[in-house]
Amino acid sequence: MKEQNVSSLPLTPYRVLDLTDEKGYFCGKVLGDFGADVIKIERPGGDPSRNKGPFYHNIPHPERSLSWFACNINKRSITLNIESLDGQEIFKRLVKNAHFIVESFPPGYMEKVGLDYTELEKLNPRIILVSITPFGQTGPCKDYKASDIVYMGMGGMMYISGDPDRAPIRISVEQSYFQAGAQAASAAMIAHYHRQMTGEGQKIDLSIHESVVCSTHLTSFFWEIGGKNVRREGDRVSRGTVSPRMIWHCKDGYISWRIWVAQQGSRTRALVEWANSEGKAEELKDLDWEKMDFNHLTQERLELWEKNFIEFFLTHTKTELYEGAIKRGIILFPINTVKDLREDIQLQWRDFWLEVEHKELADTITYPGAPIKSSEFDCQIRYRPPLIGEHNEDIYHYELGITQEELVVLKEGGCI
Amino acid sequence: MESGKNQGLNGLRILDFSWVIAGPETTRYLAFHGATVVKVESKNRLDIFRSYIPMAGGIPGVNRCGAFDAYNSDKYDIMLDLNKEKGVDVAKRLVTWADVVVENFMPGTMEKWGLGYNDLKELKPAIIMVSFSMQGQTGPNSRVAGFGTELQSLVGYTSLIGWPDRPPSGTNSPYTDFVVPWYGITAIMAALDYRQRTGRGQHLDIGQLETGASFLSSAILDYTVNNKAAGPMGDHSDYTAPHGAYRCKGDDKWCVIAVHNDSEWRSFCQAIGHPEWTKEPKFSTLLGRKKNEDELDKLVEEWAVGYTPEEVMEKMQKCGVASGIVATGQDIHSDPQIKHRGHFKLLDHKEIGLHSYETPSWRLSKTPGEIRMPSPCLGEHTEYVCREILGISDEEFIELFQDGVFE
Repeated sequence: MKEQNVSSLPLTPYRVLDLTDEKGYFCGKVLGDFGADVIKIERPGGDPSRNKGPFYHNIPHPERSLSWFACNINKRSITLNIESLDGQEIFKRLVKNAHFIVESFPPGYMEKVGLDYTELEKLNPRIILVSITPFGQTGPCKDYKASDIVYMGMGGMMYISGDPDRAPIRISVEQSYFQAGAQAASAAMIAHYHRQMTGEGQKIDLSIHESVVCSTHLTSFFWEIGGKNVRREGDRVSRGTVSPRMIWHCKDGYISWRIWVAQQGSRTRALVEWANSEGKAEELKDLDWEKMDFNHLTQERLELWEKNFIEFFLTHTKTELYEGAIKRGIILFPINTVKDLREDIQLQWRDFWLEVEHKELADTITYPGAPIKSSEFDCQIRYRPPLIGEHNEDIYHYELGITQEELVVLKEGGCI
Repeated sequence: MESGKNQGLNGLRILDFSWVIAGPETTRYLAFHGATVVKVESKNRLDIFRSYIPMAGGIPGVNRCGAFDAYNSDKYDIMLDLNKEKGVDVAKRLVTWADVVVENFMPGTMEKWGLGYNDLKELKPAIIMVSFSMQGQTGPNSRVAGFGTELQSLVGYTSLIGWPDRPPSGTNSPYTDFVVPWYGITAIMAALDYRQRTGRGQHLDIGQLETGASFLSSAILDYTVNNKAAGPMGDHSDYTAPHGAYRCKGDDKWCVIAVHNDSEWRSFCQAIGHPEWTKEPKFSTLLGRKKNEDELDKLVEEWAVGYTPEEVMEKMQKCGVASGIVATGQDIHSDPQIKHRGHFKLLDHKEIGLHSYETPSWRLSKTPGEIRMPSPCLGEHTEYVCREILGISDEEFIELFQDGVFE
C-alpha cells in the first residue's frame, strides 16, 4: 500500500528554474515527473519554441503547440526579461531559493547577461547550473548551427538507419532533444546527490551532439574493437557475422522477428512448430537451432531458412502473430504506429494514459503518463502545461512580495 | 583501485544483476561517477554480450567482446551460481551491503531465487531495487520476452524510420535500450534522496515500452488530439525544405543539410553558386520549396556530390546553414569536437589491450567522473568482492569455491 500524498514525491522539496527552449525543456519535464517544482521562465511574449508544431487542432498559436505541451506539463510559467536590469534582479532573487537552473542559450550568453555560474554561485553556492547546448560550451564546433537531423547525422545514428540502397535516415519524430533533456536530468541528479552529501553545487556542460553519440549502439565500439563501420541494413540487423531479417510483411502490416540460434534457439523452434502445424516451413522441421552459432553461419544459409517464413507471416494479422507468439514464447512484436500504441492493452492495463483538462481549450487531452512506477509514489500530473506567464502573480506578488503597482511598472517596461 | 577524488557518487553501493544494455548502461554511468558497482554473473548465465562479435583481434573469448566491454567499465565482477543455495546466500550478504539493487531479468526471475523485492526488503528495509524490463513488472504482457531490437517496433520507432514509398527500414540499433538508462539514473538518484528524507526504500519498475513512448510524446499528442498518426518521412521535415541527407564524394559518404527559413535559403543558394534559385517561383517561397522538395533534393545532391561531407559541412556552416556529416564509427572517433570534449578515454584491458572507452555527454565541473577500470573479465573480482567487501574468511571462501558457488 502506498501511503502517499503529492508532497511525498521524491523531488517535491526542490525547485528548478527552467530557462530552456526546445533544446532543453525535456530536462525539466523529467524532473517535474519526479515531483520537482519546475518554474519555466519565458521571455515576455513566451518561449519562442511555443511556435513549434504540431498544434492543437492544427491551429498555429503559441498556446496550442502540442510539442510544447508534451514537454512542459507539470511546470509553472512566469515571464521575465533577463536582459533587463530589473529582470536580472528578480532572477537573482529566485536563484537564492532554487536548487537547479536549466538553460539552453548559446555558449557565452549567460556570461553576457551577467548570469554565468561564477555569479550564480555567489548568490547560492549550492546551485546546480545545467547548460544544454548543441556541441558543448567550448571547442571547434561550439558555434555550429544544428537541428535534429544534424545531431542524428553527426552522432552516428543515421548511418546505421535506413535502407542500404538509399540515403541514411533519421527517426521521423525528433529524438535528439529528448535524449539531451533526459541525459541532462541524469547529470543534474548525480550532481544533486553530491550536493546532498557535501553541500557543494556545480555546473554541468552537456552537448546534444554527444548525447546522440551516447545513445547509438554498435557504431563506435564496432570501429574501435572490430575495425568495421556498421552500416544501415534496411529490414536486417547485424548479428555475429550475418544479418538476420528483422522486418516482415504480414497480412495487415509488418512485424519484427528474427531467427535465433544457440541460447535462444528454442524460440525459433517454437515458431517453426507453429508454422509446421499450418503446413508451412516444413523443410525446417528437423533443424537443431540450439546447436547453431551466429558467429559460424553464412548469410546464404540464413536466407534460405528465412524464405520458409514469408508465406506463414502473410497468412496472419499482426495481432494474431503477436498473440500467438506470446503464447508460444516467441520473440515477435508488431510494428506499431502511434495509433496502435494508444490501443496497446499493456499500456492501458498499467494506466499509462492520463486525461488532462485544458479549460481554456474547453477540452480534455490524453497525455502519456510518467514512464516509471514506484512502490512508494505515483508520478502524477499536477499542472497542465502553463499559459504564458500564468504564474506571474503567484511568484512575483505572493512569493517575492512585489506589489501589484510594481508589477504594472515591470509589465509596461517590458520586463515581465 | 578507488580514486582519491570524489567523482560525485563515491560511497554509493550498487549490486548489479543486470545484463545486455539497459541495466549495464545505467550502472556504468554510476560507476563512472565513483559508485562501487558489483556485477553478478554466472558461467551458466553469461551476459549474452560476452558472446557477441566484434571480439578483439577476431579471437573468440568471453573477455574479448566489444559490446560487453562498452557497457561495463569500472565495475567489479563476481561469479555466483544462484541456482545453489549458498550462491543466493552470498548474494543476500551483498544485498545487506548495497544501497541499490539493479536487475533486468524477465519479471519473476529474481523471486524464483528468493531475491524479489519483498525478500530484499525483509533483509534490508531501506533497500532500493530497480527492475528494468520490456513492458513493466505488472500487466498482461509483463512476461513477454524480448530485446530492444524488436521491442522498439512495439513502441512505434520502427514505423518511424523509413521512406513513405517503402516498408519500414528500421535501424541497426536497439534504440529503446538507450532511453531507459536516463530514467534509470534519475530514478535511482531521486529514490536515494527520498530515502535520506524519509528513511524508506522502494521498488522502481522501469520498462522500455513506457520510457520509449515518453520520447514520442509530441507525436502521441498529435494523434490523441488531431487524430494524426505520424508516419515515416525519410529525411524530410514537416516544416521546411531542403531538409535531408545528400550523397557526397566518396564511397557511401553523406552530409545532412537543413535550411530553415528564407534568409538561410538565400545564403544557401549563394553558397552553392545558384543565387538564381531564390528567384525561381517554385523555390522562392517556403511553400514552393516544400511542394517541389523532391526536385529540389535532386538539385542539392547534384551539387553536394562534388564535395566531401566535411567540405559541404564547412561551406554550409560558413553561410549559417545547419549541416553536418553523416558520421560512421570511424568518423566519430576522429570528430574534432568529440576529441575536444575528451569523449574517448584510453585504458588497457587485460585481454583486449589498449583501447578507448566512451564517457557521458555531460561534464560536471566539480565531480567530472573518470574511467578507472576497464570492463571486468568474467569473475575477475570474485575474491576481491568476497574478502574486501563481504569480509569472508579464507576458510569459508575455499569452502564456497569447492562447492562450486563461484561458477
